Amino acid sequence: MKKLSARRRHPLAALVVLLFALAATGGLYAALAPAPKAQADDSAQSLAIDEGKRLYSVGCATCHGMNGQGSSDGPSLVGVGSAAVDFQVGTGRMPAQQPGAQIPKKKNIYSQGEIDQIAAYIASLGPGPSIPTKEEYSPAGADIAKGGELFRTNCSQCHNFVGKGGALTDGKFAPSLKGVDPKHIYEAMQTGPQNMPSFPDTTMPQDTKADIIAYLREVDSSSSKNPGGFTLGTLGPVPEGLFAWVFGLGTLLGIAVWMAARTTKAKKS
Amino acid sequence: MSTTTESPTRRPATHPGERIAEWTDGRLGLYKLAKSNMRKIFPDHWSFMLGEVCLYSFTILILTGVYLTLFFHPSMNEVVYHGPYVPLQGVRMSDAYASTLHISFEVRGGLLIRQIHHWSALIFIAGMIVHMMRVFFTGGFRKPRELNWLFGWSLLFIGMFEGFTGYSLPDDLLSGTGIRFMEGAILSTPIVGTYLSFFLFGGQFPGHDFVPRFYSVHILLLPGIMAGLVAAHLILIFYHKHTQFPGAGKSEKNVVGTPLLPVYMAKAGGFFFIVFGVISAIAAVATINPIWTMGPYRPDQVSTGAQPDWYMGFSEGLIRVMPGWEIRAWGHTLVLGVFVPLMIFPLVMAAIAAYPFIESWLTHDKREHHILDRPRNRPVRTGFGVAWLTVYFTLLIGGGNDIIATHFHLSINAITWFVRVGFFVLPVAAYYATKRICLGLQRRDRDKVLHGRETGIIKRLPHGEFIEVHEPLSQQQLHVLTAHAQPRPIELGPAVDENGVARRSSPVAKIQAKMSEGFYGEGSNIPKPTAEEYEEITSGHGHH
Repeated sequence: MKKLSARRRHPLAALVVLLFALAATGGLYAALAPAPKAQADDSAQSLAIDEGKRLYSVGCATCHGMNGQGSSDGPSLVGVGSAAVDFQVGTGRMPAQQPGAQIPKKKNIYSQGEIDQIAAYIASLGPGPSIPTKEEYSPAGADIAKGGELFRTNCSQCHNFVGKGGALTDGKFAPSLKGVDPKHIYEAMQTGPQNMPSFPDTTMPQDTKADIIAYLREVDSSSSKNPGGFTLGTLGPVPEGLFAWVFGLGTLLGIAVWMAARTTKAKKS
Repeated sequence: MSTTTESPTRRPATHPGERIAEWTDGRLGLYKLAKSNMRKIFPDHWSFMLGEVCLYSFTILILTGVYLTLFFHPSMNEVVYHGPYVPLQGVRMSDAYASTLHISFEVRGGLLIRQIHHWSALIFIAGMIVHMMRVFFTGGFRKPRELNWLFGWSLLFIGMFEGFTGYSLPDDLLSGTGIRFMEGAILSTPIVGTYLSFFLFGGQFPGHDFVPRFYSVHILLLPGIMAGLVAAHLILIFYHKHTQFPGAGKSEKNVVGTPLLPVYMAKAGGFFFIVFGVISAIAAVATINPIWTMGPYRPDQVSTGAQPDWYMGFSEGLIRVMPGWEIRAWGHTLVLGVFVPLMIFPLVMAAIAAYPFIESWLTHDKREHHILDRPRNRPVRTGFGVAWLTVYFTLLIGGGNDIIATHFHLSINAITWFVRVGFFVLPVAAYYATKRICLGLQRRDRDKVLHGRETGIIKRLPHGEFIEVHEPLSQQQLHVLTAHAQPRPIELGPAVDENGVARRSSPVAKIQAKMSEGFYGEGSNIPKPTAEEYEEITSGHGHH
């Protein structure tokens, strides 16, 4: 002990003590910290991936290949991310009923839990955009007017002024955005499904996506105000012209026929 | 002096109304005017009220338009919106657009008046088309009414541009796209295109000038011309007297109907309020041109479903279906994809304007006509009319191809190809189909005259034969079915004259004779029953 005592004033003594102290706290932490939760999360994730793979083999593998590598009937899913799965399956577009110009929206047959499992499996194939959190897509507090400007600049050339949808080439179309879950709108912008271009966070930051969602909720939802009366679809002058011919001129012609049939006639005598 | 005695027999006016009438008569000559016009006779038929629909919607347009001018700012100055419409708050826009939003959301009754104005515009032009078709199919454009046909046609043509300038004024994203479309069409004009565009917009598109300029044109120039044309149109109706359909007691020399005062005036006045009421009701329940949803115009933005109002739809269709051909030579580009439609657009309209003159030239018909034709009795003309309408409506389908594609789940390319082929094929098919139908109806008329109406009663004769009982038509009905003239086609005359020398006829005369043969020849008319045929068949021997 003499040796130790003699060196207790050595310039490096403090450092040695510090190392011992760190080793002790680290060791104690490693021994006592509540580690099991993190481990359980890991196993659930791998469980989700396993379950997702099982669902994938049943519903998706026919076209996208056994390992998501794609085939002549469907693109590769490596790197599309969980957001793409949540959008495509969550809106019922996938699994597709039949090939065509565009896969339409239909009734979703998976629960959100199952969708998350498939998403986890696809996300495990390669990094890609992940399902947004509620804070990311929530329109609360977003700038509606800015959203409108962004929508008219980036979206309305296909989706119409207020998101009523429009035609693309060869039977493809931009669908109506009315009643679409804000999460799905966000994911669509993020991933660019089917014929839509994608707007990743680098070109359209997360808060501007929320602005667009807020604008759509303001102008194209069941709670939107329509100061002019029936909207006739807000599709522009085509339905207006049809309405003017059928109901405007049609009514007036009907009245004209009625009036001409009720005239003063010279009595036969 | 005897010449200046003030008719001592006339008792002085005592009643205040009488005195007012005396006063105005002395200054305006109202008695004479009223005497000749108050008992003017107007025949009664629903199709004669189509023009009234147009007249009244034009009146409504002027009334509501004046109200809108009180609040509209025809200015391109940039402002930031701070009004009540939340989705546009803080957005930069032109004063024109901001004031239209102001009219829509803040002016009392502003939105209703705007919607009445716009709905009446659509109905006005739709009414003019239907009115024009009524006149066309019944031959109401024939001498002496060719000029009135041109006046009416000018009203339609100017009305389309009046509507277009009005649609452009709010400077919203939809109308701005429409102006951009027009600018593109102007630019496609060879040589002068760029100059015309710079002249119209006062420089580079869109610039600051077009809204104030369109405003002057929309509220002053075109309505002024149109009001003048409407007045001329009406004066000519009074001067020519109204046409009437054939019928017993109706001739080229009389008009059978009700007098202007009191009957027709009451009906027409009532009809004005009905038209106003119907349009107001539509404007109260149905949105038209919701400019607030479209946002202010910015040349870098565009929306799908950007169409003009329906009356410009056929020009939109022409552009949409025309392949995007270009000719490049000597450093210049001739944009056929836009220029060809720009040239066809007036031709579609001019075809219908020139028709009365073409028909009278081809048929040598220089007589006055006050009795209308039944469309079936002029199969060629009716066929032409239907062919024109077919072209018009096929192009409207082309103009709305995107909306049709999404709503009927069709490919927009398929619709475009349908219109491309249909533009050439459908009018021809429609012409022949219409002509056949007309001839069929003529045969039916002939059959009805000679054999009477089928009663549906089956009678068994004593020897066992079954016959259907036919009921002879009344004299009135017979008159309607047989009153029309069936002119003979122009004859070129014998190929050699009486001396055996070959006669020369000009190529124009040959074309004329050929076309006339087409109009009135054997293939285009079923000879109407002659009196002899009628006598023979109805003289009583045997049954028919």
